[in-house]
Amino acid sequence: MSYDMWIILTGALVGAACGIIGTFLVLRKMAMIADAISHTVLLGIVGAFLVSQTLEGPFMLIGAVITGLLTTFFIQVLDSSGVQTDAAIGVVFTALFSVGVILVSLFARNVHLDVDHVLMGDITFIPFHTIEWNGMTLGPKAFWLIAVVLVIDIVFITVMYKELKITSFDPAMAFALGLPVTALHYLFMSMVSITTVASFDSVGAILVVAMLIVPPSTAYLLTDRLLFMILYSAAIGAASAVIGYYIAQWLNVSIAGSMASTTGILFLLAFLFAPQHGIIAKRLARRLSVTES
Amino acid sequence: MKTAVNVEKITVAYKKTPVLQDVTFSIPEGQLVGIIGPNGAGKSTLLKSILQLVPKTAGDVSIKGKTVQQQRKLIGYVPQRGDVDWDFPTNALDVVLMGRYGHIGWFKRPKKKDKEHALSCLDKVGMKAYADRQISQLSGGQQQRVFLARALAQDASIYFMDEPFAGVDAATERAIIALLNELKKQGKTVLVVHHDLQTAEEYFDWLLLLNKHLIASGPVSKTFTTDLLQKTYGGKLAFLSSS
Amino acid sequence: MQEWSQLLTSANLQWVLLGTLFLGMASGVVGSFVLLRKESLVGDAMAHAALPGICLGFLLYGRELFALMAGAALTGLLAIYAIRAITAHSKLKQDAAIGIVLSVFFGFGIVLLTYITNGSAGNKAGLDEFIFGQAASLVFQDVQILLGTAIVLLMIALLFFKELKLLTFDPLFAGGIGLPVSFLHGLLSSMVVLIVITGIQAVGVVLMAALLITPAIAARYWTEKLGIMAMLAGIIGGVSGVFGAMTSAVVPGLPTGPVIVVCATIVFVCSFLFAPARGLVFHWLKNKKRDQAIWQEQVLRSIYELLETRYKEHSTSLVFTKKELSYFTHLPPKRVMKAFHDLQKQAFIGNMNDGYFYLTDAGFQKAYQSTLQYRVENVYLMYESQLGTPPFGTEDRDESETALDTMNTELRHLLKKENLEPISFQVYKTTFKPYQNDI
Repeated sequence: MSYDMWIILTGALVGAACGIIGTFLVLRKMAMIADAISHTVLLGIVGAFLVSQTLEGPFMLIGAVITGLLTTFFIQVLDSSGVQTDAAIGVVFTALFSVGVILVSLFARNVHLDVDHVLMGDITFIPFHTIEWNGMTLGPKAFWLIAVVLVIDIVFITVMYKELKITSFDPAMAFALGLPVTALHYLFMSMVSITTVASFDSVGAILVVAMLIVPPSTAYLLTDRLLFMILYSAAIGAASAVIGYYIAQWLNVSIAGSMASTTGILFLLAFLFAPQHGIIAKRLARRLSVTES
Repeated sequence: MKTAVNVEKITVAYKKTPVLQDVTFSIPEGQLVGIIGPNGAGKSTLLKSILQLVPKTAGDVSIKGKTVQQQRKLIGYVPQRGDVDWDFPTNALDVVLMGRYGHIGWFKRPKKKDKEHALSCLDKVGMKAYADRQISQLSGGQQQRVFLARALAQDASIYFMDEPFAGVDAATERAIIALLNELKKQGKTVLVVHHDLQTAEEYFDWLLLLNKHLIASGPVSKTFTTDLLQKTYGGKLAFLSSS
Repeated sequence: MQEWSQLLTSANLQWVLLGTLFLGMASGVVGSFVLLRKESLVGDAMAHAALPGICLGFLLYGRELFALMAGAALTGLLAIYAIRAITAHSKLKQDAAIGIVLSVFFGFGIVLLTYITNGSAGNKAGLDEFIFGQAASLVFQDVQILLGTAIVLLMIALLFFKELKLLTFDPLFAGGIGLPVSFLHGLLSSMVVLIVITGIQAVGVVLMAALLITPAIAARYWTEKLGIMAMLAGIIGGVSGVFGAMTSAVVPGLPTGPVIVVCATIVFVCSFLFAPARGLVFHWLKNKKRDQAIWQEQVLRSIYELLETRYKEHSTSLVFTKKELSYFTHLPPKRVMKAFHDLQKQAFIGNMNDGYFYLTDAGFQKAYQSTLQYRVENVYLMYESQLGTPPFGTEDRDESETALDTMNTELRHLLKKENLEPISFQVYKTTFKPYQNDI
């Protein structure tokens, strides 16, 4: 497969995986926790590197899950002892991110782990790091990592669909039913973490946030059904990646940045023109109801 | 008569002083119970502490002789309408189906018979025509009825309802009353946090009069008296003392 | 040692220290308002949103600091507007709106940044710094601007303190008494934008949020007053700034921004844990003490009620067993035992040695007081309108005992009427068999 194709495919998988997981983030009003995790994952990667001295997928995933859960836990602790949620998020992620940056600059200077890369990603170079098996080149590592994570996400959402739905909509009732609401919350945050780190390697923190939040929000304006919201969100995420790639090629700019901007453009379109929840549709409906009465 | 809910000396404290203190009562099966008291009396807190949604400092709760944890399947909970986000992308039928989750079990999908059951529950609250309606497009009263249908679908034997009558239209109020009576006919016990004294006598068989302390618990005939109600409201009920 | 003194006398470091000091102070003060308005992450979004503005400024006017800052201010304000528009005109909530604006603006900023880099390589140097900040390499001119901005912001905060305070706590009321609310809103937003665009040069886009949030939230733990909180936040921010800049100057390769943030976070964690009144440890101890007091009182009241029942049944046995007690209290056995143990230690409960226990004189007094207090509260709640002011403190229960001594006759009458008047110490002494001499 061509060089371009691998980049587009990887980006599309990132968009789909983030879109699926992000749907529940947006519905649980945890969008900014995603932002926090996408930053603190840096600490997990550095930690994993310092312990294992490699940047291999499995170690990174474990490190990411640990820091992701730690982030969630710290925010939870602050939140439950009376700190406003948004302030709690702000304090925790900036602190852990800072620790990550300090560790990188002290102990991991010579490694392929500079902070620019973490923020903006390196999708351009994805095709060069390939997996070989029996002498065959199977394609880029980053591609396979996100592909595996996407499959895990899909399985997770399919299996836990109804539990995720009720704990997102009405956690008190879910608890009264006897569901382990807290355990599910942390399980879900683990999924967010591994999705983040898998995407992260290719597109960087900021695009992960964009992909986790913007396509689900766009889908939210387009449908009133949860299942469709998940599907639309995945599709919008993937489409943003493809369109973003071509725009980046055309203007010769950052691919990750361009993909993030594309999610924004698609959101703006939905915000204005969505059939039911768009601004224009709402204005028209209001005008109609005025003229009727 | 068997005991449905037994509460012994529940004490709940958020800050320094308790908001509920030594609340003790027991409720026989098959009763429609109104929990009555002034604002800030701890009515919702009582419900939530029974269900372990808020931690209690002291006290014992048993549901049909066992702990709440053991009896989760028997318990139906209807939270206040404002506790959830009605912009959630789902329709009325889906919300009602959530009531079935306890029966369906982990990882499994709702089956056709669950859907039929949910539909029949919607029908009972007069909402069958709205099954496919997105929940944000329902009126406040209709949303409340969907919540009640969900409770119905749970097939619990003891229901806890937090202010189901708050801010609903007359039609919904009638639908809720019909539903409560239907539940009673099936031998279920229902505890309802209720605001409106005017209707309490008519709607319920049993009253819990609460103001941080339990003032009285008993059949309406014995508890809905001017004396006890005045005590519940600290002697502030003008309209009752004049009549 | 010599290195230190050398460092401290280095003119450039002095500038850097001065700059970070004032930056920390100003962002602490502004952050206090932001925090209390529950807009902490809006500052984060604004910092990210400044990036495209900086790039636009560069594209139009080149590396003119003023142009870069004007661009940053423009897109920063646009970001605030976009967040408000999204929450106002769609069903999306504030968190999603912030996330959308933050990531899309920043993504677009990266696009512009790479566009600039590709177009005219070499000039890029300097814009990159805005992402992570370059406090260590601040030069005289940067510091001048930083100082100027910080002082202006501090002055505005001082000048409009009263108005901003009201706006923060009760915007509706502020409007009601004729304050120009939208002007003040604009003023506060401009202050945030100003501090953000100045600060990102030093600590960078990502960590600017911490400078706004962390000192303010740390200060919140020590005071209930906005004025003191803003001052404290300013001090915490300033100290963190200076300490961060010094550390990174001494340790080679240590980036300034993250060290400043870590300093502020350490102050926050200490405040969060150990601040009196609001700190976690204090809170935890207080709750534990309260719970234990509640359990002890419940145990005492249960013993009291047990004796009362016996009195009514004309029994005169004063001893009881632990088993009897757990049956009465309905506390988990572990808690009953804990309370029991504590009460024994305070000599409220005496031991007869063979598993039988009794109330000491002091214990009876205490049980009596506790029961009386409970029942008075009960009666008070029933007859509130008749009785007027409560006979017990609503928040602080310790005051109640003195109040009970001077309990008015009406309350006593009501207690009797409700059949709730507890048996007194005298009755107890004469009814129940003498005990102390027997042991």
